[in-house]
Amino acid sequence: MNIFCAGLNYKTTSLEIRERLAVSDDEMEKLLRQIHSIEGVFGAVVLSTCNRVEFYASTLCPLQALGGCRSILQEQTGMDIPLYHYSTPDAVRHLFRVASGLDSMVIGETEIFGQVKNAYSFSAKRDMTTHTLHRLFQHTFRVTKHVRTETNITRGASSVGSVAVQLAEKIFGKLEQCRVMILGAGEISERTARSLQSRGVRSLIVSNRHYDKAVALAAEMGGMALHFDHWDKNILDVDIIISATGAPHAILTVEKLKPLLKQRQGRPLFIIDLAVPRDAEPSINKMEGVFLYDIDSLQKIASESIEVRRQEVVRCESLIEENVREFLRCMKNKTLFQQAH
Amino acid sequence: MNHLPLLASTLFYFLSCCSAVVSFRSGEFRAGRFNVITIALGVIAQSCFLIQQGKIDQACPIRTLPEIIIFLSWAIGVFYLVIGTTYRISLMGTFTAPLILGLQSMALLLPAEKITSMMPMNPWIEAHAAVSLVAFGAFGLGSISGIMFLFQERQLKSQHPDPIFHHLPPIRILEEATIRLLWMGLILLTVSFAAGWIGSRSISGTKFGVSLLLWGAYSLILILNQKNRLSGHRFAFFAIFIFFCALMILPLIRYLSDLAVR
Repeated sequence: MNIFCAGLNYKTTSLEIRERLAVSDDEMEKLLRQIHSIEGVFGAVVLSTCNRVEFYASTLCPLQALGGCRSILQEQTGMDIPLYHYSTPDAVRHLFRVASGLDSMVIGETEIFGQVKNAYSFSAKRDMTTHTLHRLFQHTFRVTKHVRTETNITRGASSVGSVAVQLAEKIFGKLEQCRVMILGAGEISERTARSLQSRGVRSLIVSNRHYDKAVALAAEMGGMALHFDHWDKNILDVDIIISATGAPHAILTVEKLKPLLKQRQGRPLFIIDLAVPRDAEPSINKMEGVFLYDIDSLQKIASESIEVRRQEVVRCESLIEENVREFLRCMKNKTLFQQAH
Repeated sequence: MNHLPLLASTLFYFLSCCSAVVSFRSGEFRAGRFNVITIALGVIAQSCFLIQQGKIDQACPIRTLPEIIIFLSWAIGVFYLVIGTTYRISLMGTFTAPLILGLQSMALLLPAEKITSMMPMNPWIEAHAAVSLVAFGAFGLGSISGIMFLFQERQLKSQHPDPIFHHLPPIRILEEATIRLLWMGLILLTVSFAAGWIGSRSISGTKFGVSLLLWGAYSLILILNQKNRLSGHRFAFFAIFIFFCALMILPLIRYLSDLAVR
């Protein structure tokens, strides 16, 4: 039995085409049944994310499966889409790489692991997998965990927003109880605040020179708007400040913060200064309990993390190679055992 | 003194320290099981030594200064195994192992003069001494989490954290761990004072004064922290400072105590 894989991803296909292939759960079931009905295909799993659409199948004839996949996609999109395709052992290696995040747009991202798991369970629940695919995916889950724990491929954060989240978690632990204040309702501060919200932050205050903008962003993010003249009075209650105003001079100064910090009674304050020119005086980082990060320091941490991940790829590949060999050995032993009985 | 279990435990703590140094130097810091296992083996070997010594002394094995130091380092090791691992701060072992190794080495180098052999057996006094040392074990581990707090805080302040930063817990968790350990130590120390009072032996004024001073210092920083009058940074600093002061005056207390008995 051959393991076959065919698909397209962000490297081979434009976003426009990937958009056309985006499927709902109902459509996914239909697609899965179509793949499953290709002659010679015994089981199938469809992995569909914003960056890739891939079909995994156990088949006796990979070429027939490829032809079937092509005609299904042609029928759906009305165009001939070039697909990459692999069969054992390359298909096994490819799945291990995909699930470990080595084939992702952001190397080492972990979301893909959950998506692979969901794709498999979607197919398994509908009884469309085979024993071979079951073993392949179970092995994939083990390999991914192994790669994650044995290497630094997932270490650090790779964007300004995720670095900010990581730092906030290293200060406060869980972020559910943290209160965030946004100064300046710009796009970058909104993205950073959304990253924090995705990790549990519930309480949000938005303050902007143009009050209507603050109201709009607060409504969109489920927060509270505040007049810009009053932001400093609310500093006592917040734990994180995201500042990205267009002010030509620093608005967060030692003189302003000193009396306020006394009233905070030792609670830490995390200031994320995303503005250029900077909104916060660098010297406030020296104040007890204040942790200041500007856009440069956040970007530096993010790019260092990406570099660390890139350096780890070689180690990951060698771990994956070992596991591909082990998986093939297991499959061979099983086939021999079945033939003997 | 049979040194074999003691040497074995020193070796285990040494291995734990070595793994920490290797991790630091490689820059691929990862809290592994090795630390926990080596410290657990170190504690087992120390327990063997203390049981053996207790049988010889027919009393709690805290009758010489080296025995006291070993008992104290054993208590720190036990607290680490109970608390350090359950709070998911197993990295604490990396910081704990060097302290225990230092104490243990000191115990091995000091002369084992049994000054208290002439003391009559008094279970309350023995309980007082043993519980005090366990309390100082908690204070010791509290100072370790204080060191970790300051270390992580420094990483955060630097705006350019080292690889170890990713493996250390959040400063708020470290502060909580320090507070809990110090409360635990303070309660145990109070219990030991009560046992000492029931035992009602003659006690030197200086020893009493120094013990009360330490008790008062720990109480003060805990109360100030409770009332939000002491920042996490200062609280961690004082937790470390008081413990190291206590370590330095421990031999003095012992000397004064023996002098009073004589």
